[in-house]
Amino acid sequence: MTWPALLTLAAGTYLMRLAGLVLRGRLRLPARVERYVDLGATALLVALVTTAALLDGSAFAGWARPAGVAVGALAAWRRAPFVLVVVLAAGTTAGLRALGVP
Amino acid sequence: MRLPFRSRPFRDVDRADLRADLRDALALATAVLVVGASFGALAAAAAVPAPLVVAMSVLVFAGGAQFLVVAVVAAGGGVVAAVAAALLLNLRHLPFGLAMADTVGRSPVARLVGAHLLVDETVAFSRARPAGPRARAAYWMCGSMLFAAWNLGTVAGMLAGSAVPDPDAFGVDAAFPAGLLALLLPGLRRWDARRVGLAAAALALLATPVLPPGLPVLAGLLGLLVAGAPAGER
Repeated sequence: MTWPALLTLAAGTYLMRLAGLVLRGRLRLPARVERYVDLGATALLVALVTTAALLDGSAFAGWARPAGVAVGALAAWRRAPFVLVVVLAAGTTAGLRALGVP
Repeated sequence: MRLPFRSRPFRDVDRADLRADLRDALALATAVLVVGASFGALAAAAAVPAPLVVAMSVLVFAGGAQFLVVAVVAAGGGVVAAVAAALLLNLRHLPFGLAMADTVGRSPVARLVGAHLLVDETVAFSRARPAGPRARAAYWMCGSMLFAAWNLGTVAGMLAGSAVPDPDAFGVDAAFPAGLLALLLPGLRRWDARRVGLAAAALALLATPVLPPGLPVLAGLLGLLVAGAPAGER
């Protein structure tokens, strides 16, 4: 890792973050397109959750992690407080791993 | 110049709501602190010089990309390839920015500072709140707390080195998707969001074996093809 590489990564990441914010301020989007922008964020987040819950790189993450996420999801669906959802998910996965589940 | 956090959002939000959001953001920040520590320890183990590790967490502030770069470098891969792969992974921030512009704030200062706080968890956290002052306050609160936690964690992990336990032992890797999902659930009551979400999940999974990291999540955007006509809740 070198300083030029690091600064390139930092600048590139920052510019991508800023580009969306600035572009959106410049454009006057019709309501139909605004809906797609909004649904697009949902699509990205659901895709992130799914891959993060099931995969480690491009391989299956093992059963402990998705099991924890499932317990957390069930708690969230039953309207448990956010903190409890996070703790239940982590606790389930940690417990399963302690028992030897990968 | 008016600092974004001294501007209206925080004053316009009910104190009880603010306290509840603060508590939830603390849960996320705790998890981020643990992952930050594991990043610091991993980067130190990969012989990345300390100033570079600290600068990376401060200036890049994107966990996935930082882990990717360090992993590639540790495996003896080229730095250029590592940076290119990390930038590809961060490409999703552009569409996130499009969706979050109104929440972050319209002033140039809000945009310039707020852009750096744009991370997945903060986007989801803020979108789970009613649009307007509360979502804006949630964005700035969660964003700055995660930034602080990520950097504190990095430094702590770097100093502790191999004494940092594997965060997987605490199930932190399950906490993030579960937390994000909890934040997304209310929005998924809209049937068009649910359809798009299901399609996005399927597409991202199908694309993972064939596309480099970052692109499968972006492939989820093709889920918009099944958005159908606008509709309310069902």
